[in-house]
Amino acid sequence: MNPALDYKVQSSVRPDSNWTTILEIGAKEVFQIMLHTELTKLPNVEELNASGDVTAMVGMAGALCGVMSIRCTSHTAEKITGRMLGSVGAVDPKDVPDAISEICNMVAGNFKAKITQLAEHCMLSVPAVIRGDDYEMVTVPAGDQVIVGMAYEGAPIWFCLAVHT
Amino acid sequence: MKRPRVLIVDDSSVMRKIVERSLRQAGLEIGDVVEAGNGIEALAAVREGAFDLILSDINMPAMDGLEFLRQMSKIEGAKGTPVVMVTTEGSESRVVEALSIGAKGYIRKPFTPDQIKERVSPLLEVLR
Repeated sequence: MNPALDYKVQSSVRPDSNWTTILEIGAKEVFQIMLHTELTKLPNVEELNASGDVTAMVGMAGALCGVMSIRCTSHTAEKITGRMLGSVGAVDPKDVPDAISEICNMVAGNFKAKITQLAEHCMLSVPAVIRGDDYEMVTVPAGDQVIVGMAYEGAPIWFCLAVHT
Repeated sequence: MKRPRVLIVDDSSVMRKIVERSLRQAGLEIGDVVEAGNGIEALAAVREGAFDLILSDINMPAMDGLEFLRQMSKIEGAKGTPVVMVTTEGSESRVVEALSIGAKGYIRKPFTPDQIKERVSPLLEVLR
């Protein structure tokens, strides 16, 4: 049986204070390796809320139940897509959700691989993308959130892990 | 020598392009590349023609990479085709499962062209 499906380990791992740093490192690595670019500190990040009209999400189930998401503007998403594909000029719009989904998938996978209890006991769903910025994500029941705001070529990009209790 | 024919299986078309680009950037002399978006499409491709190398994701809708491996092993003429899993899946048990049902290697996303070369080169050398 897949260890992630063992009922004894389901939802048994709780976020700790290191997870923000682990998520930040995990996201930076994905951008370094796949886009050959550095995510940088977002100025005044404490005063900002996650925003943007493109959100990619990957579900996590097993020792941790929750959703990993990435949120940014369409413009930033297009720039990321172009960089991933090595495109010069405009990108094909249908590649944008696909590219952002894959980035989210890799960030979630990289994050869980860095946490011993999750690597073996947590599965990832296939990704999904929301277009539009007028929404609020509510987990039921309410749980913890780990949010990291970074800058990609000066524009904000948000990485959020919403954990279900 | 005929250049190796490659099947790339991933539900992300962007990732399929990146895998192909990485193979070429790594200096691997590959021939035709065929793409499939899930295990079902990959099985259809394998039934249509032989491949020298298959690179497959694990987590995919419709049919995942592990089931694809199982089904492919039943197809006469496809059994010996080397398959390398390319996936975000970090679970050792899933990797062990993939290797136990015939995968020849494993590359974790995110990856560099050099990491692809390291896994794939020995499999292509055998063809020479």
